[in-house]
Order: sequence, then C-alpha cells, then structure tokens
Amino acid sequence: MNTQALALRTHLQREARTEGVFRVATRFSAILVLVLLAGVILSLLYGSWPALSTFRWSFVTGERWNPVTEIFGALTPIYGTIATSLIALLIAVPLSFGIAVFLTETCPRWLRGPISMAIELLASVPSIVYGIWGLFVLAPILQHTVQPWLIEHLGPVPLVGVLFQGPPFGIGLLTAGLVLAIMVLPFITSVMREVFRMAPLSLKEAAYGVGATQWNVVWDVVMPWSRAGVIGGIMLGLGRALGETMAVTFVIGNAHRISASLLAPSTTISASIANEFAEAVGDLYTSSLFALGLLLFVLTFAVIAGARLLLLRLERNAVRRV
Amino acid sequence: MNTLRRRRIANLVAFSASTLATLIGLAILCAILWTLLSRGIGGLSMRVFTEMTPAPGSSGGLLNAIFGSVLMTLLGILIGAPIGLLAGTYLAEYGRSSRLSTVVRFINDVQLSAPSIIVGMFVYTVVVARMGHYSGFAGAIALSIIALPVIVRTTEDMLNLVPKSMRDGSAGLGAQPWRTITHIVYPAARNGLLTGVLLAIARISGETAPLLFTALNNQFWNGNLNKPMANLPYVIFQFAMSPYKDWQQLAWVGALLITLFVLFLSIVARSVSSLFGQHANPGE
Repeated sequence: MNTQALALRTHLQREARTEGVFRVATRFSAILVLVLLAGVILSLLYGSWPALSTFRWSFVTGERWNPVTEIFGALTPIYGTIATSLIALLIAVPLSFGIAVFLTETCPRWLRGPISMAIELLASVPSIVYGIWGLFVLAPILQHTVQPWLIEHLGPVPLVGVLFQGPPFGIGLLTAGLVLAIMVLPFITSVMREVFRMAPLSLKEAAYGVGATQWNVVWDVVMPWSRAGVIGGIMLGLGRALGETMAVTFVIGNAHRISASLLAPSTTISASIANEFAEAVGDLYTSSLFALGLLLFVLTFAVIAGARLLLLRLERNAVRRV
Repeated sequence: MNTLRRRRIANLVAFSASTLATLIGLAILCAILWTLLSRGIGGLSMRVFTEMTPAPGSSGGLLNAIFGSVLMTLLGILIGAPIGLLAGTYLAEYGRSSRLSTVVRFINDVQLSAPSIIVGMFVYTVVVARMGHYSGFAGAIALSIIALPVIVRTTEDMLNLVPKSMRDGSAGLGAQPWRTITHIVYPAARNGLLTGVLLAIARISGETAPLLFTALNNQFWNGNLNKPMANLPYVIFQFAMSPYKDWQQLAWVGALLITLFVLFLSIVARSVSSLFGQHANPGE
C-alpha cells in the first residue's frame, strides 16, 4: 500500500515536472519568433550603419551608385521597386477582383474547388520559375509584339507618352511589373474571396428583394461592406511585390539608372542585393547593400503590418456581428 | 424600363469580364506549366540524376544540386518544424489570449509575407560572417527561418479545430495539460499538422534568395555542411542567366523538377488537410 502511494506520488511529480518543462519550451519557442525579428532588425541596423553614417540623407536621395568611387545613392532601386510594384497592382487588382467575383458569384459550385485550387497553385510556383519564364518566354513576346505596339501608339500621346518611349528592350520595369502582377494575383484573389464570402447574406437578400441585379449586389452591397478587407488584400499583395526578389532579378535588367520610360532596364532594391551582395568588395559597398535591405524591410514591414491590422479588425467585426 | 435594361447590360458586361479574368488566370498557369514541360522534358535523362553540374560546353547533370537542396531542405525542416510546432502550441493552448500571443501571432503573420532575401542577409551576418565562409549549414538555417512562420500558423489553426470537450475529458481524468496536448490534441490534429510541415517543405524547397549568400553554390559533389553547397535554385539562376545553351537546358530541367515537386507537395498537403475536414489557407 505504502509503496503504491509512493509510486503514485513520484509519478505525479514527474508528470508535473514535465508539464513545467513543456510549458516553458512552448513559451520559449513563441518568444523565439520575436527574437528572430529583433535579430533581423539589429543585424540590418548594424550592417547598414557605416553607409548610413557616411551618406546620411543622400543615401535615399542620391541617384549615383558607383562601387568604384564608393558613392552610393539608392534612388534608382527605390524608384524601381515602387514603379514595378505599382504596375503589378494596376494589373493584378482588377484581375483578382474579377476572379474573386467569379468564384463567389458566377461559378457553378462544383467548379469552385478546382478553380480556386488552380489559382492558388500560382502562389506555390517558386519565384525562380517565374523568373526563368519571364526571361525566356514573356520578355521576347513583349519585345517583339507588345512593346513596339506601345511605342508606336502610346509613345506620341502627350503626358503618358514618355513612359513608352525608347527602344523595346524586352526586359525592364514593365516586364518586371507584369511578372510581379502574376505572382501577387493569387494572394489578392484569396483575400478578396474570403472577405466577399463574409458579407452578410441578409444584406444581399434585401438588395435582391428590391430588384437589384447580381452586379448591383456585388458593387453596391458586397464591395462597400468589405472595403477594408479588399484594401487589406491589396496591401498584402503590395508587400509581396515590394520584396519579391528572384523573379524580378531575372527580368529587370539590373541597370542603376532612372529613365522615364517603363520599357527601359532598371533595378529594384531586392534585385540589387541579390545581384551584388556576394560580390561586393569593400565595407562601404557591403554596408550600402545592408542599408538597402533595411529600407526594404521598413517598407514591406509597414505595408504588411498595415494590411494585417486592417484584416484583423475586419475579422473581429465579423465575429462580433455573428 | 430604360434603366432596367441598362442595369441588365451592366450585369452581363461585369460578369463576362469576371469570367474573362478567371480564364486569364487559368491561362497563365497553363502557359507556365506548358513552357516548363515543353522545354524541360527534352533535357530530362538519367544523366540529370547521376552526374554533377558540368562546366560550360561539357555534358553533365544536376546530382550535386539536387542532393544539396534535399539535404538543406530536410535540415531546415528538422530545425524549423519542432520550434514551429511548440510555438504554435503556445499560441493555441497555453497562451491563447495572452498579450504575448497577440504580439507573436501578429509578428508571425507579418513574417509570412516578409521578403526572404532579408532572411539571407540576417543569416549572413550571424552565421556566414562569424564562421568566415559560406556553408550549407547557413543555408539550412536560413530555410528554417522561412519555414517557421508557415508551421506556426498552420499548427495554431489546426489545434484550434480540436474540440475543447476532448481537452476537458482528458483533464477530467487527471492528465496534466502537456499530456493532454501530446496524447489527445496532437493525434487528433495529426493530418493538419502534417499539412503545415508539407506546405513548409513546398515553400522552402523553391526558395532561392536566402541561399544566395548563405549556401552559395558548389560545382562539385559536397556532403560537408561546413562548406558551400550546391542547390537547385541557385544552379537554375546561374545556368539560366548564362549564355551557354546546354546550361540553359539544364536550368529548364531543374525548373521543371522543382515545380513538379512543389506542386505535387501542395496538392498532397491540401488533400491531407481536406481529409481532416479543414481547408488550409497557406497563401496568406
């Protein structure tokens, strides 16, 4: 009897000890997620300090990027990053909206699964594959067909014309923007589809009841209701586009030069890092690339965090309503 | 009457446009797969799996790159999965609504879409610069950091699907929470947890940017994790950007192999999770 009680007590003690260890291990792992983020920020700050203290504001405003004279200004990559991302959004947002509407409204039920899956598969294709496809398939098509047409028809138009002048290189801002559009499309579509689906059925039925067409319901009821979510989805796509590296590196042309034309080669922050980091000689060069990394981090973090906050708030509202 | 007609036409136009958008999306997927198949299959032979990456102009395969990729991906998952499982467990079980969980959950979601090249720079600073040379080990660490948020997110989601009554039943029998979690909750969520790990493998096996300045590349056979290590994505990058036709051909073969592998994994992961009765949403 006594030995049994003793055995039980040691057993319970062991259980309790394991509990303590397990609890601490899970907590520690969760904290590790934060530690990693802190580590990323610190290593970027540490690495970029020499460049930032040397160039100060001219690092962001300067256009020259010259490893020989060791003068580094990041205006070109910043411009390239923002320009390609905006082109990507201009193309991807309407397409994603269309696909999301199709999937939530028009599509026959049995086709919904397969089509959503196909669109989501676009998200799992590795970015290097988009790169090689963009370089060998998309760029030649653009160079021989699309860009000459743009130059001929849009080039002479006042104001927007400057965007479409010069020789058709095939690679450049426009091509990178197109590839990015394809890559962010599944992410924006998936968020839009989710928020459209959250729209309350009673509102939609009420609209149908007073004679609205299906499109009226989508545009005048579902859209206003899910505006925050749609913006969140678009920002999430923007965050992806800003930071995407390999696909852009293939098709951007890697030229540290700002030209007015969207058809000209340029560079982005991520592409500059990918191309130059391993070969950078000299502390200031490496440090300048770290400073680019820091810029990219701040930019994407702000955009993605904003998107997450919007989506989080929407989710909470939806829960409260139910 | 006139406005009704106009609204009907607007309706028709809008839904035709949305159908067209969907067709464009599907066409792009088909175009990419078609290109990969038509350009990659021609170069596919036993040699790809039995010979090392060649010098320009001579023949060869992708054996060392495939080996390096498999090794670093496995090691990356072996490091990332346990930590991710435990962190996800904290979010779903112990910390549910604590302030720490709210912060970790948010930061983790941001990391899901953060640019992977920055992870490469981080690992370069803390591993490569310290050790003084590129290494397969550094590459594996970079990959594990990218896998982590995927696993944390799916683990939390999947554990949340396990009914609370099962935990209550176990606690009622006197089990400590850790025993409930490891013996009741984990088995109940097994397929979901597996999905998370599969998705993470799919995610990191195609990653290139974080390997550029961690694992770098190696033209020769190398099983030493302490040295630069060949990997498929880097080889595709290097060979595709080269002017040599036979290198470009191998790049297409590599791209085909990676894509088939990743798409296969994503589809398996989805079917595993649908067996569990839940649709995983890896993209976000």
